Amino acid sequence: MIGTNRGPRYSGAGLLWRGLRKSNWPRVWRDTPLKKSYDVVVVGGGVHGLATAYYLAANHGITNVAVLDKAYLGSGGSGRNTAIVRSNYLTPEGVAFYDRSLALYKSMSADLNLNVMFSERGHLTLAHTDSAVRTMRWRAEVNKLQNIDSSVIGPDEIKKIAPSLDTSPHTRYPILAALYHPPGGTIRHDAVVWAYARAADAYGVDLHQKTEVIDIECAGGSNPDGKGEGAKVTGVKTSKGDISARVVVNCTAGWAGLIAGMAGLKLPITTHPLQAAVTEPVKVFLPTVVVSGSLHVYVSQTDRGELVFGASVDPFATYDMGGTLDFTEELAGHVLELMPAVSKMRLLRQWAGLCDITPDYSPVMGFTPVEGFFCDVGWGTYGFKAGPVSGEQMAKCVADQATPELIAPFALSRFEHGMLVGEKGAAAVGH
Amino acid sequence: MLLVPCPNCGPRNSADLTYRGEASARPNPATTTPKEWRDYLYSEDNPAGWLKETWYCSSGCRRFFAVERHTVTSEFREPPLPGSKTPKPLGDVGGRAVVGDASELEGEQ
Repeated sequence: MIGTNRGPRYSGAGLLWRGLRKSNWPRVWRDTPLKKSYDVVVVGGGVHGLATAYYLAANHGITNVAVLDKAYLGSGGSGRNTAIVRSNYLTPEGVAFYDRSLALYKSMSADLNLNVMFSERGHLTLAHTDSAVRTMRWRAEVNKLQNIDSSVIGPDEIKKIAPSLDTSPHTRYPILAALYHPPGGTIRHDAVVWAYARAADAYGVDLHQKTEVIDIECAGGSNPDGKGEGAKVTGVKTSKGDISARVVVNCTAGWAGLIAGMAGLKLPITTHPLQAAVTEPVKVFLPTVVVSGSLHVYVSQTDRGELVFGASVDPFATYDMGGTLDFTEELAGHVLELMPAVSKMRLLRQWAGLCDITPDYSPVMGFTPVEGFFCDVGWGTYGFKAGPVSGEQMAKCVADQATPELIAPFALSRFEHGMLVGEKGAAAVGH
Repeated sequence: MLLVPCPNCGPRNSADLTYRGEASARPNPATTTPKEWRDYLYSEDNPAGWLKETWYCSSGCRRFFAVERHTVTSEFREPPLPGSKTPKPLGDVGGRAVVGDASELEGEQ
């Protein structure tokens, strides 16, 4: 990490030194007042927004950047996801993209000098039906062609990897096979947010928390208020004052449609809550991440020993993040089908995060019909995995004023031309 | 649990119904432009506020009906009748049945 406002480097020796001297740690990032003008304003202080700001500064030398968040950094999907990363997607476009993301996650602790606790523990996607087995084989072949370690394994091997799974043929949905993806795993999602925030701050990027965007100012558009197609971004109105900026990047996940609406755009996005839950901690018994599409559940064990569960999104669009009993009941039933041994475990809590779902389960990235307004949205339930590469590519897109090849398939204009990138088979569990 | 007010069956759990998305008028296929048709197919208002939407009472009376729901507070109200601008409140017949105190969920990891 080479920045201008370099704080202390984190290391074991430094920890010991400060521990012995009982000296305080300095603040990790600065708290600066809002400037009148920025080259780039990133809306949304999650993994995507912070990574975009960091790569703008680190790779392209654009440091007059503000990241705005209406709450605290990582308060949205970045702090609410189940922290699973993998690259065994279904379409070649998706695979190439997530593989780059995984590579960036792998080297992140060293690159950004903050331990993000990446645990490369393997990832099992279970198939309970013949058609699911067929999809797994398809995915495995697509993956192998792109040099991704991914293969289909049978119940005996599954039992060896995860003995707690009920692989007997007598269950309601017997486990027929699984797609095994050894490079997949989990990562500490808060640490990823902090790592990018600290690194971006060291380059002089201003991080503004509790700063809500109220409006985006545009001129020359087709709408009566000067917004919409053909407009140019001129500034941003926030709860802490107005900023003049010619580039605004929308990285706001569930709130993406509202921010795009401020620039006069309508996106092909609906907002759905995704619920998750966590149990009390127990001894380590589940060595991999387990996903079951048919049973609508994914589960992994944290370093503290808690089981973290996720499921499919709520079936109607809403911004309401309240938990439901329907979710808990269904989740418990499905988890017990997979792992009958955990029937005595207690759930500690459940929560929800907002997901921006597109019709084809692929994101919307890059240019929009409003000049200077960029989108990195539509990430639905899988945005966390893609954080680093999205930031890297969005920064490239903004700096070069051209769409990088890796994100070209995900342009907003694909809906105009009917070039949808169908990722539902590998991106969602509820189908 | 979200209680959806079906005009025939009364308030029912949303799991008994099928959500059919935002209620928007279909343009005339004979006269529409590709852009209008694309907007109809894909673009969403996705407001944080009152949304007119269609539900299908799939496990009950099988009626399609339009209703307005507040996407932040999960309240329901009937859409205004043609020619009127005032929506009709539905009172206590729908909305979210809260599990615990919603404020406890704020900021959970």
